[in-house]
Amino acid sequence: MSGLYGFLFAMWSLIIIGGGIMVVLLGPFTIQQFGDFHWIITSGTKVSIAFGLIVIWILILSKLKNYIFKKELKF
Amino acid sequence: MIELIIPAIISCILAFFVVYFTTPPLIKILVKKNYTVKDMNKKENVMVARPGGISIILGIVVSEIILYGFFQLNEILALIITTTAAFLIGYIDDRKVMGGWFKPVTLAIAALPIIFLGAYDSDLAFPLFGDVQIPLLYLGLIIFMIPITGNTINSIDVLNGVASGFMVIASFTLSICLFILQNYEIAIVSLPLGFVSLAFYKYHKIPSKIFPGDSGALTLGAMYGVIAIIGGVEIIAAIALLPAVINSFLFLSSVKRVVEHRQIKGKPVEHTDDFKLKATNDKTAPVTLVRLILAGGPLTEKQIGFTIFKLAIFSGILAIISAFMMGVSL
Repeated sequence: MSGLYGFLFAMWSLIIIGGGIMVVLLGPFTIQQFGDFHWIITSGTKVSIAFGLIVIWILILSKLKNYIFKKELKF
Repeated sequence: MIELIIPAIISCILAFFVVYFTTPPLIKILVKKNYTVKDMNKKENVMVARPGGISIILGIVVSEIILYGFFQLNEILALIITTTAAFLIGYIDDRKVMGGWFKPVTLAIAALPIIFLGAYDSDLAFPLFGDVQIPLLYLGLIIFMIPITGNTINSIDVLNGVASGFMVIASFTLSICLFILQNYEIAIVSLPLGFVSLAFYKYHKIPSKIFPGDSGALTLGAMYGVIAIIGGVEIIAAIALLPAVINSFLFLSSVKRVVEHRQIKGKPVEHTDDFKLKATNDKTAPVTLVRLILAGGPLTEKQIGFTIFKLAIFSGILAIISAFMMGVSL
């Protein structure tokens, strides 16, 4: 049962750290050289980076899950 | 302050007692019409009334209309419309078996009133690190959030009292966090969710007299998602919901596709001779939170429910810590 609490805590830590990376990476990010379209280009790039971060987050979580529950997941 | 306390008290009393008093007659009507399903975790052939979503939505709509009378916020309108739409989607799924696409797609459409009524702030707030402006990405987040929270609550509605009991803990946690963040109006708007869940838990707890059904679970989940958006506490809401998120994550990472539970052939749990639940060795069965809890050995339905509630309290504490961390900037 302690594994579940550990996994919850790990998920929470990943959310805090992932949020920090997102703010640091995406917060100041702007592209100015596309005239009136810079808003759309900037947002589109931010979306792509955010999706990339989410994929990395899920991959790390999968590894963590397999590590923490290596005994329990032997069904 | 008095202008906030009076609406809060009235809406909470209404939310609780509307569900408390309408559920028993609803059970009688459902049983009379033969709208019952077998409780799979009971030794005897116990039939339980379903869906209880009708009394849940009634409690929510009545209390939120009262709050709209006091505050006249677009956020409350968006909450009422989206939550009612989620109830209708769930009710259709309760009555007729729909395809796997039905709930995610229609719940995404149900989220649109939040956008059209402008009941959101496109800044995403993170503990310790502050806000990030993501106007385009945030629209996608709104559309994804309602199907995710709705289906997440629906996916833990597997044992007597778990979905409603879990929502009591998660929603009151969210309300506490909104008070900590001094977002008082939305905190008051969020309170009926906890009181509705608490009143419904009285009839849903083991042994259940009524099941919420998809209509009840989606209503609770969608309202939770709307509060997260209109209150600007998306990350905190996700943290308070972590045990249910883990359940969905384990399920999806083992099945590796979006699929309805009824389409899964393998059984993750089975019964012992004394009707405790135990994890199966079926490799085709999905990994779920309950299966993981049972990996340590067989447990009764009540014991599993309380284990899930303990996990919910733990993640609730993490959510409250996160709310305090919102006020701290690195």
